[in-house]
Amino acid sequence: MSNWIDACGTEEIEQEDVIRFDHGGRTYAVYRSPDDEYFCTDGLCTHEQVHLAEGLVMDYVIECPKHNGQFDYRTGEAKRAPVCVNLATYPVKVEGGRVLVQVG
Amino acid sequence: MTKRDYSLLGEDARRAVQTGLAAAEWYHTDIPRKEMKALMAREDGPAIRDTLILFSAMIAFAAGGIVLWPTWWSAPFWLAYGVLYGSAMDSRWHECGHGTAFRTGWMNNLVYQIASFCMIRNPVAWRWSHARHHTDTIIVGRDPEIVAMRPPALFRICLNFIGILDAWNGWARMFLNASGRLDPEEATFIPKSEHPKVVRIARIWVLIYAATMGLAIWTGSILPLMLIGLPRLYGAWHHVLTGVLQHAGLADNVIDHRLNSRTVYMNPVSRFIYWNMNYHVEHHMFPMVPYHRLPALHERIKDDLPRPNRSIWEAYAEVLPILKRQLAYEDYFLKRDLPPTAKPYKEDFHAAALGAAG
Repeated sequence: MSNWIDACGTEEIEQEDVIRFDHGGRTYAVYRSPDDEYFCTDGLCTHEQVHLAEGLVMDYVIECPKHNGQFDYRTGEAKRAPVCVNLATYPVKVEGGRVLVQVG
Repeated sequence: MTKRDYSLLGEDARRAVQTGLAAAEWYHTDIPRKEMKALMAREDGPAIRDTLILFSAMIAFAAGGIVLWPTWWSAPFWLAYGVLYGSAMDSRWHECGHGTAFRTGWMNNLVYQIASFCMIRNPVAWRWSHARHHTDTIIVGRDPEIVAMRPPALFRICLNFIGILDAWNGWARMFLNASGRLDPEEATFIPKSEHPKVVRIARIWVLIYAATMGLAIWTGSILPLMLIGLPRLYGAWHHVLTGVLQHAGLADNVIDHRLNSRTVYMNPVSRFIYWNMNYHVEHHMFPMVPYHRLPALHERIKDDLPRPNRSIWEAYAEVLPILKRQLAYEDYFLKRDLPPTAKPYKEDFHAAALGAAG
């Protein structure tokens, strides 16, 4: 099992927003939901490899900035075309004001 | 002079992939995240207001046309109804296809389905077509929505002012899809998992047109077709008038929307029909921004963009001589000057494409 990686401070992400987190040559997106829960997914849209961190978070959905495809960032489920392939998600925990993600 | 192959299965398509032009990273103006979030934010209010106005006006004009039918007094009502059906629905198809018009998903989808039917654009197929247009805007062989090719097919564009080719192709494609098949080119950008949806929608549309045609035959009048189908022809002129200006006469095979897209200031009526797509550089650079915030986005980034055209007529005065010259020399195009405040074009990256700039 992978180690927990320190991605960012809890206050570095605004409520209902997302930031980009790069680690081990890969890119991830870390989200803060409207009710202050944190989530982590792959950082690139499964449609055309666009950085999701530049997209729009609405409730529990992340919308890709290029083609407006949508995912539920809690489950990675593709919600709106042109995305058809689900997004990988990763475990997240908060400790001491830091957001830790378990990525490979 | 370079001969362009616009087929999605042709030589230019292969070359665009090989050279990295396809699915490239495009230039965009830097805007701090906080500001961008405010510009991207969604709400239902403006689109509900505009949709109520649109559908109320369509019902009122159609009622006037029906009451005065078959006298010539009905003509102005049909002309107004036609523009809303055959042109305003183009922009509703576009905005709701992006999912930016409303915040609420089902509202986007409902208007998208209605607008797609009016414009005879399969809502599944065209969603993918438009996604490709945004990935590879005016990249020859990759973008399936290039209106003014080089050399420009002026006769085809003129015919489309009364919708002839677009409507004909839409109906032909509808019958093809209803038979369970896809065109080989559209199959290149629509995932296989979506093919059954393309076919299902086409079959529903065939039933609607059959019912409309049946009613026309039964009543011995073309009145039902004046309401459904024909407005795509007699009301198409405005969306072609405005749509041609989006990219015509500008660069192709570049990855900076400032070089291949055009922003034009327009009158309020045209902006309502067109749903602010006259801010076209801004839309392509930031497709997440809803139509009702494009004027604010324009104000925010205009110092980084070429000067907009001041009116539709000024834009045509710019475009038509270019298209005329492209008939003889298709590499010719307009490279628009940037203000001193703008980040310069990447001349080295675009050297091949910009070589023939006017």
